[in-house]
Amino acid sequence: MKLLRFILQKEFRQIFRDKTILAMMFVVPTMQLIILPLAANFEVKNVNIAYVDHDHSSYSQKLINKIGSSGYFHIAGTPDSYLGGLKLIETGEADLILEIPSGFERNLVREGSQKVNIAADAINGTKSNIGNAYLNVVLADFSRDLDIRFKLPQTSSISPSLITLTSTNWYNPRAEYKYYMVPGILVLLLTLIGGFITALNIVKEKEIGTIEQINVTPIQKWQFILGKLIPFWIVGMIVFTVGLIVMYLIYGIFPMGSLAVLYLFGAVYLIALLGLGLLISTFADTQLQAMFIAFFFMMIFMLMSGFFTSTDSMPNWARTMSEFTPVTHFIKVVRLIVLKGSGLNEVGKELFYLSIFAVVLNALAIYNYKKTS
Amino acid sequence: MMVTLKLVCTEKFFGQNNSFMSAVTLKNCIKKYGDFVAVDDVSFEVQKGELFGLIGPDGAGKTSVFRILTTLLLADSGTAIVEGHDVVKEFQEIRNKVGYMPGKFSLYQDLTVQENLEFFATIFGTTIEENYELIKDIYDQIKPFSNRRAGKLSGGMKQKLALCCALIHKPEVLFLDEPTTGVDVVSRSEFWQMLIKLKEQKITIVVSTPYMDEAKLCDRIALMQNGKIMSVDEPKNIIKSFPKTLFAAKAKNIYKLLQDFRTDKEIESCDAFGEFIHITLISEDANEERVKEIAKKYNPENFKVKIIEPTIEDTFIRLMREQNNLGELKEIVNGK
Repeated sequence: MKLLRFILQKEFRQIFRDKTILAMMFVVPTMQLIILPLAANFEVKNVNIAYVDHDHSSYSQKLINKIGSSGYFHIAGTPDSYLGGLKLIETGEADLILEIPSGFERNLVREGSQKVNIAADAINGTKSNIGNAYLNVVLADFSRDLDIRFKLPQTSSISPSLITLTSTNWYNPRAEYKYYMVPGILVLLLTLIGGFITALNIVKEKEIGTIEQINVTPIQKWQFILGKLIPFWIVGMIVFTVGLIVMYLIYGIFPMGSLAVLYLFGAVYLIALLGLGLLISTFADTQLQAMFIAFFFMMIFMLMSGFFTSTDSMPNWARTMSEFTPVTHFIKVVRLIVLKGSGLNEVGKELFYLSIFAVVLNALAIYNYKKTS
Repeated sequence: MMVTLKLVCTEKFFGQNNSFMSAVTLKNCIKKYGDFVAVDDVSFEVQKGELFGLIGPDGAGKTSVFRILTTLLLADSGTAIVEGHDVVKEFQEIRNKVGYMPGKFSLYQDLTVQENLEFFATIFGTTIEENYELIKDIYDQIKPFSNRRAGKLSGGMKQKLALCCALIHKPEVLFLDEPTTGVDVVSRSEFWQMLIKLKEQKITIVVSTPYMDEAKLCDRIALMQNGKIMSVDEPKNIIKSFPKTLFAAKAKNIYKLLQDFRTDKEIESCDAFGEFIHITLISEDANEERVKEIAKKYNPENFKVKIIEPTIEDTFIRLMREQNNLGELKEIVNGK
């Protein structure tokens, strides 16, 4: 035990001496937590629209005004022809073309119906889909307006029975994206610290050769490993705390659920991730190798864990795979506790999963770590 | 001759110490990396309190032998015993008793001199003060830099710090893997002075080096080449074992002389050694006159020749050549 204390003392000395790593561990996560949620936003705004008006009537004028005032669209131009609109899409200035045929107003008034053409640039699938949907809503609203103004006096006896929808957003009343993103980013930062800085640190000892010198001393395997894991566990918990503070100060998000449960999960999750870091370090001989292995895992974690996209909409095989990454479970739990206020009863199963990850990853790593080659 | 000498050595040893144990025993050790045999059936013994040198060029297998003895590498077969403990079964005891200084500087570069030394003292359960006497001479030289980070020290200073760290727990056997490689001439001779002083403290020292001139400073040396030990003996005996008269020759165009002599049938071996070339003749009764006669055939300008005492390097090259010839011979036999 005394030996472990000396090792820990040495590790902390090294951590605090390396100013770059220190900054990496504390300043960078804070910065990322402040900047990323503001930038990474899936709400579609500023859909650029090319408005091709062949009618030049008061109705088509009204429609363009309505679209422009909706807040989601930006009129990129009013070309004379559909081809002109395509040109704008080709140059990237427009995302959508709305083509109004000539006789738009006349047909609407006389026949009560008129078709318009919407063409979308689908390179950014989300943007074209959502832009299309928004535009449909605006058009529907426009036509209802017309109904009221022109048709109602004639058909006042039969008022159309409509189902009106009103919705409430629970746990995130204004459906703001940041409530979804911020807890996720907090988890990713913890992953970065827990998993990868540990791996790099151990591999650095291999690369420089200090591990050779340590291996001929009476320091035992478990002492060396604990000497590496404990400091980064503590650092991880501090980063987690800093993250929670930033979350509260900048975004005003305070965990709805119990802080103790949140920290319990954080603690177990960090142990699992430290195990992963240790495992990576037993495979890599140089820091470059470790970086690439870590990067591979980081990409999988980012894309498969439900950080960006909900795991429910993934194909079955991907959903199964994502169940096997610890990040998935932790992101889920953090969102549940922070936004929904779930207690240990509701998320107990996830704690069980995370504990299994912690045990398995660490066992593999210790099994694979050898003092003698 | 070698066998008798070995007997004399052991007798002397038993007589003086009444101990049957040698500090290091390596028996029939083999280590392969894939098809490459790094350590090929190596056996040697190091007596207590001895300064033992493992001499050989790069890639001879010295580091592998060191790593086996310091429990860092498992041999494929054979036994290795250090201070009475088997390197496989009782590695924990060995790790308490030996000091190891790897060929590559492997202390914490981001810790200061003082912190490195303290760290290695504490993990061996001791303090700097406790064994200060042992490292005093060496540590005094780096003491002015005790607050400097180890990574910022000069090469020679790093070696001294590494030696201090390997010594701080008063090891019974000290393993130094190429401690003087890449160190300047002055630091090298200083380093050897330190080793000789340490020997007086009854520490067994096993040191490896590619520099033949350092070999004569050891009590006994093992000449190693291609994973094999060619000879183990005291340096002076190894020199004595050189079977031929050795000549040093010199001429204005030394390269031409070397080329000419190599084609001459009467000359057995001919190697460049700085400004001289070292020659042995095939005939047993060779003298300077004979060499001059041979040289006359090629009309070298300013030709000079004299008989010289062989060095370890001469012996090494000779043994290496014999080993290679033997290898070729074996190949021919096996081929048929």
